[in-house]
Amino acid sequence: MPLLIIAAGIILSVILEISSKKSVRILPWFSILIFTFTAFYSVYYIDQNFVLFGGMLEVGGKPAIFNFIFNIGAALVVLSSMDYLKKYGTSYGEYYILIQSSVLGMMVMSGAKDILMIFMGLELMSICFYVLAGINRKKLSSNEASMKYFLLGAFATGFIVYGIALIYGAAGSTSIQNLIENFGTYSSNIIFILGFMFFLIGFSFKIAAVPFHMWVPDVYQGSATTVTSLMSTTGKTAAFSVLLIVLSAVLSFNAFNVFRPYFAAIASLSMLFGSIVAISQTNLKRMLAYSSISHAGYMAIGLAAGNTFSMAGIIFYLAAYTFMNIGAFTVISIVEGENDSRTELNSFAGLSSKNPILAAAMALFMFALAGIPPLAGFFGKYYVFISAIESHMTWLAILGVLSSVISVYFYIRVVVFMYFRDAIEDFKIEVSAYSLTAVFITALLILVFGIFPDTLMNVILSAMH
Amino acid sequence: MTQNLLLTYLLLTPIIGGVLVLFFKKEQKELIRWFGIAVSLAAFVISLIIYFGFNQNNPQFQFIHQVIWIKSLNISYHVGVDGISLLLVLLTTFLTPLTLLSTWKAIEKNVKMFTFSMLFLEVGMLGVFISLDIFLFYIFWEAMLIPMYFIIGVWGGERRIYAAVKFFIFTMLGSLLMLVAIIWLAVYASDTLGYFTTNLLELYKVGPTVPHDIQGWMFGAFFLSFAIKVPLFPLHTWLPDAHVEAPTAGSVILAGVLLKMGTYGLVRFCLPLFPQSAVHFAPVISILAVIGIIYGALVSMVQTDMKKLVAYSSVSHLGFVVLGIFAMTVESVQGAVIQMINHGLSTGALFLLVGVLYERTHRRDIAFYGGIAKLVPLYSVVLMIALLSSVGLPGLNGFIGEFLILIGSFKSPVFNNWWFTIFAASGVILAAVYLLWMYQRVVFGPVTNDELKDELTDMNLREMIVIAPIFIFIVWIGIYPNTFLNLTELSTKSILQQVGSFTIDLLK
Repeated sequence: MPLLIIAAGIILSVILEISSKKSVRILPWFSILIFTFTAFYSVYYIDQNFVLFGGMLEVGGKPAIFNFIFNIGAALVVLSSMDYLKKYGTSYGEYYILIQSSVLGMMVMSGAKDILMIFMGLELMSICFYVLAGINRKKLSSNEASMKYFLLGAFATGFIVYGIALIYGAAGSTSIQNLIENFGTYSSNIIFILGFMFFLIGFSFKIAAVPFHMWVPDVYQGSATTVTSLMSTTGKTAAFSVLLIVLSAVLSFNAFNVFRPYFAAIASLSMLFGSIVAISQTNLKRMLAYSSISHAGYMAIGLAAGNTFSMAGIIFYLAAYTFMNIGAFTVISIVEGENDSRTELNSFAGLSSKNPILAAAMALFMFALAGIPPLAGFFGKYYVFISAIESHMTWLAILGVLSSVISVYFYIRVVVFMYFRDAIEDFKIEVSAYSLTAVFITALLILVFGIFPDTLMNVILSAMH
Repeated sequence: MTQNLLLTYLLLTPIIGGVLVLFFKKEQKELIRWFGIAVSLAAFVISLIIYFGFNQNNPQFQFIHQVIWIKSLNISYHVGVDGISLLLVLLTTFLTPLTLLSTWKAIEKNVKMFTFSMLFLEVGMLGVFISLDIFLFYIFWEAMLIPMYFIIGVWGGERRIYAAVKFFIFTMLGSLLMLVAIIWLAVYASDTLGYFTTNLLELYKVGPTVPHDIQGWMFGAFFLSFAIKVPLFPLHTWLPDAHVEAPTAGSVILAGVLLKMGTYGLVRFCLPLFPQSAVHFAPVISILAVIGIIYGALVSMVQTDMKKLVAYSSVSHLGFVVLGIFAMTVESVQGAVIQMINHGLSTGALFLLVGVLYERTHRRDIAFYGGIAKLVPLYSVVLMIALLSSVGLPGLNGFIGEFLILIGSFKSPVFNNWWFTIFAASGVILAAVYLLWMYQRVVFGPVTNDELKDELTDMNLREMIVIAPIFIFIVWIGIYPNTFLNLTELSTKSILQQVGSFTIDLLK
């Protein structure tokens, strides 16, 4: 059902775009309406779990909670895009249609019961993202971002397709249910393991984990800020949702040992690499790109730990991360000037006196990303660290906290610039009411999920059963 | 179990007050200041009610309030006080209104945010002292960083950014390793008890049963976090920076209360949770403490900056507290708790008094001053009392704490060795040297600097009101310490009993 709502929304939007010249004004509101409706619909019917299209797609349960994250995230991004795009000079109706389509792709990914469905959803999402990254066709950096994203994304897709082919060759089926049930027998087959590995590597690209992260900084910096905020949050969530599906397959058998070192390796590499490189960044968007790499690492701790609790932990982390990051990028998009100007740290100097509310919100997002309690980001980390220690991987948790300490430095540096320095550049910030609303909503969610993490955790746990 | 909401009210008062501050207009500085003081006074009154309702003959935690908070992890909002934490709660609520009052002139920039930060800092500090859930404790412990970070960074001196960032990262490093240990302990508890829990009272039973080698690591993680906060030599390097750069109010709270969170953590968590490791490592830690006592004193002696001198004297004084805690006798631990309060009062007073001079002249170097006794006689007397209390003159508070610690460490069954006491005692003499020498250079002699004659005025009524209550307690503890010792006696005994029941008998 939620998929149908979005699909219908896309068709309607296309018609609207063709038939009306004023569509640019209507489309964002229409998208927000559809997204919020789908989000709450998914959560409302979270316990109605059934399978559609001849065992291809699952609705309700775990996919429902992902649908909630995708749709709320997309709604917030659309809300913050409206005025930003005017400033950015790309106020096209296609933008909103592309976002809707990418969300449809994500929903297909998270609900897939068949590896081919995962692939279909992934391509739908990725192609929309390639276009969105280059939405400003007149700007070189935007084109570069799009091109880089496309080439490396296609490369990753190649891995995934090859992996699927090998899996099919070994197992004779692409049904995930079948994989789960017969994983034990397949896991002795070297071709199957190889295919599975290729599949995982392809998705490691998508979650932006080291050593498959090369595309991240340029793409995140070059794309429009709102697009980055969509890609870095819901896009990552979608990729993780697939890894979790696959993980649950592997979990049911002890054969998981084959993949555990892999996840542990990418987790530790991503955390440390992301945190250390972010220290030397002066551009905020680029800094958040590296921070996104290190967050992929923390979440991958949960994958390495691989117990049922870690799944809930990762989902919580993803939700928290989505809201924190959208909030931070929205603040950047408000401060940002024409031609990508004012995304440097220097532009944020003295923000607390220019616009106290914006500065306070940004400080909140930074502290949340740094994982300071009692904000949502802390609980995300807390849950994955618990799962790591439960799986006797205490060293991974220790590595995680060490890299958190490193990351504190660059997160609070933003606060240093906003609060402890006087303004360096002289400019006036035009605050858009829509974007500010998005900032408020994300800040509120971070506080609520931080002080009462059970509100979110209970929903996640009920979705898992 | 009956629920008692008083502690929750105590926590809520500054929270609500802090949020309300946000609704004032920025220009209403006076109003905001009065409001902040009123809120912190209200918190003080509530803590007094708790004090008078506290049963000193009951070694258990009292005023317990427990509500399930995060069901999926079995974490509850669980607060309560015993004698030790009650004393520190009183210190916190006592010092907060005084520091707010002391900032009347010093803080002009963004008073609204300052008051907000101070009130939330108070919430964090109170939360640390009353949490009976180790996870809740951790939340307050970390959350308190943010307001302190802003207080140093926004209202601090020249190198404030460096100091604020250093403070933040040092503390984070320690506390995140503690977080891993907390989780490990809770996971271990779920193996032995059958459920995941962070309830401190239940973990007291679990902690000592952890295999010794792992217990050593966990003790290390907790200890590192607390030792950074105390700060114990050689982890003290953040302290002089933070103290010197922080505004006076920040220094007072930092020295008065924040450092006590570290020593409180040692008493409340390190000792009873990991008794075997605590006893095992006690000699090593005490050596560090003694080094800290002497090193802090020697470094104080050569300081040219008054604030830095007081900051290093904190390293020395807190070395005594750590020594007292790890001597693990009833006298020494009680002495350590009293010394925590003493240090809060006398060092707090010293920072306030340095601030008084600084507000007038904007100079802190000792060489700038000289012979101010002729210009500001009242101030000179007040400074003398504060110094003597810090030196440990009999009849004032400092003597009681240091004396008890020295007696306790002398007969400590854990050390079995006099040398700790002998070396530590030399710290008392050195304290007299550096503090009195500073006093001599600043106060006595001819007036060396003509600028002083124009700028220096004696203490005004507001400043006297700030300092007077502190002096009352300085004398009170010095003359009749039983008021305070009675409060902590049974709590101390029950902690030592817990430690002793797994190791050597400490209550002979």
